[in-house]
Amino acid sequence: MAPIIETRRLSHVYGIGTPFEHCAIDQVNFQVERGEFLGVIGHTGSGKSTLIQHLNGLLKPTSGQVLIDGQDLYQSKEFLRKTRFRVGLVFQYPEYQLFEETVYKDIAFGPKNMGLDEKEIDRRVHEAAGFVGIAEDALNKSPFELSGGQKRRVAIAGVIAMEPEVLILDEPTAGLDPRGSQEILANIRDFQQANGAAIVMVSHSMEEVARNADRIVVINDGHIAMNGAPRDVFSRAEELLAMGLDVPQITRLFLRLRELGMPVDASVYTVEQARDQLLSRKGGGAEC
Amino acid sequence: MLKDVTLGQYFPGNTVVHRLDPRTKLVMTIVYIAALFIAEGAISYGLVFLFLCTAVFLSKIRVSALFKGLKPLLIIILLTAFINLFYTQGDVLVSFWIFTITKQGVANAFFMVTRIMMLIAGTFLLTYTTSPISLTDGLELLLNPLKKIKLPVHELTMMMCIALRFIPTLIEETDKIMSAQKARGADFESGNLLQRAKALIPILVPLFISSFGRADDLATAMECRCYRGGVGRTRMKQLHFAARDGVTFGIGVLLLAAVITLKIFSL
Repeated sequence: MAPIIETRRLSHVYGIGTPFEHCAIDQVNFQVERGEFLGVIGHTGSGKSTLIQHLNGLLKPTSGQVLIDGQDLYQSKEFLRKTRFRVGLVFQYPEYQLFEETVYKDIAFGPKNMGLDEKEIDRRVHEAAGFVGIAEDALNKSPFELSGGQKRRVAIAGVIAMEPEVLILDEPTAGLDPRGSQEILANIRDFQQANGAAIVMVSHSMEEVARNADRIVVINDGHIAMNGAPRDVFSRAEELLAMGLDVPQITRLFLRLRELGMPVDASVYTVEQARDQLLSRKGGGAEC
Repeated sequence: MLKDVTLGQYFPGNTVVHRLDPRTKLVMTIVYIAALFIAEGAISYGLVFLFLCTAVFLSKIRVSALFKGLKPLLIIILLTAFINLFYTQGDVLVSFWIFTITKQGVANAFFMVTRIMMLIAGTFLLTYTTSPISLTDGLELLLNPLKKIKLPVHELTMMMCIALRFIPTLIEETDKIMSAQKARGADFESGNLLQRAKALIPILVPLFISSFGRADDLATAMECRCYRGGVGRTRMKQLHFAARDGVTFGIGVLLLAAVITLKIFSL
C-alpha cells in the first residue's frame, strides 16, 4: 500500500528573483506511513516548516511532487481542497488563529467548511473537545477568556474536529510548561489511537520526540540528514550535536560515561532504557 | 502573493546611494518629483529619466524590483493612459464608434504614464536604499523648524518609523493566519462579494487582536527603556553631510535649472 503522504524530489525556493532568494528545501524524498507517529527535528531555518506546509498544499513546490495516497496533490482543485481536510495542519502558536465568539463555534469552523450537517458537526466538536480536555461548560465561553494553554487546546481541537487521516503539528508544545506539554502530547496520542491517524510532530525538544515517535526524520539545511527509529537516530548523537541539534539528556549522560571509559551503549534515549541497561550490567542484580 | 508587497521595503547595500545622507536623499526625491512635474517635452523627460537611471544604476537595485513596485498601481496607470488617450482634443488620428484618438492624446497618454511610472520608481528607490531608521532620522531633522510652531515632529516621525518597521511583520502575520485558516478549509477565492467579505473575518479578528497586543508590548518595552518623547533625546548615529552629498545637491540644482529653462524656452 502506498504511503499516505509521499514527496518526490520536492524543492522550494523563496523569493525567486529578489536579493533574498533562498532555497529552503532541496530535492527532498519524504514519506508518512499510515498510523505512525513521526517526529521531525531540525534547527531553526532547516526547512522543516517549509516541508510540512507542502504536505497539504499550502505551499506550492518549486519543483517535485507531493503524492497523497499515491495520487498527485495538484491533479485538480477539488482534490487539493479535499486534501486540506485529510491532512490537518496545526501551526506553531495556533492560539493566534482563534476568531469566533465561542469555543464551540471556533472548533466547528473546520467541519463547517467541510459541508457536514449540524448533527455531525455537533458530534465532532464534542469529541474533539473531549480529546484535548476542554470541559463541556467551556464550549460556550469566548476563546479569548481562556488561558494560553487552554487556547492552544481549542486550536488543536479545531483541526482534530476535521478528523484528518494525518495530523501535522508544528511545535505543539512551544511556550507551555512541562505539565501542559505532557498533557497535550497525551491528548495527541489518544487521538492517534482512537482514529488510527498518522501524526507528524515537528519539535525542538528531543525528549518529547524520543518518548513519542516511532520514527524520526532529521532535517538539516534543506536535506534529510537521517531517517530511522529513535534508537538508530540517537545512536548517531555526535552527528546530531555537530548539526547544532540536541540529544536527550540521558543520551548525553551516557556519551559522557563512555568518554570516561565506562563500556556503556550510548544509544539509549529514555530513562527507563538507561535503568534497564545499567541494571543488566550489574548482572541483573537487585533494585538500587 | 502577499510577499510581493514591497511598500517601504529596504534592500540593504553599501553603494554610494545607500551611503548618502538620508536628508540629501529626501530633498533630492522632492527635487526629482518637482522636476518631473515641471518637465515638458522629450528633452526634459530625457534628462529626468537619465537622472533616475543613474541613481538606479549606482544603487545596484535590480530593475525588476522596481517594476514589482509598479504592479499594484497598474490599474491607475492604465486608467490614466485610457483617459488621456481618448479624451484629449486635437488633430484626429483615428476615429471609430464613440472613440476618437488624437495626436495630442497619444502624446499626453505617453507622457502621463511615463510620469507616473517614474514618480513611483523614484520614490521606491528612496525606501529601497534607505533604512526606516535613517529615513525617519532624516525626516525629523528636516522638519525640525516646524517645532517652532509646536508641531510634534519627533512623535510624528517616530510613528512613521514604527509603522514602516511593522509593515513586513504584519504581512508575515497575515500570511500565517491565512495559511492557518486555509488549513481549516477556509476559502478566500470563491463566492460572491458578500461571501468573500465574510471570509475575511477569520483573518481580520486574529490580526487585530495580535496587533493590539503587539502595540501594547511595544509601548511597555519603550517605557522600560525610559522613552519619553523627543525632549532631550540624543542620537547614537549623528548625521553628517559628506562631499558626495554636496555633489548630489549640485546635480539636483542643475537638473531643476535645466528643466525650468527648457520649459521657459518651451523646447
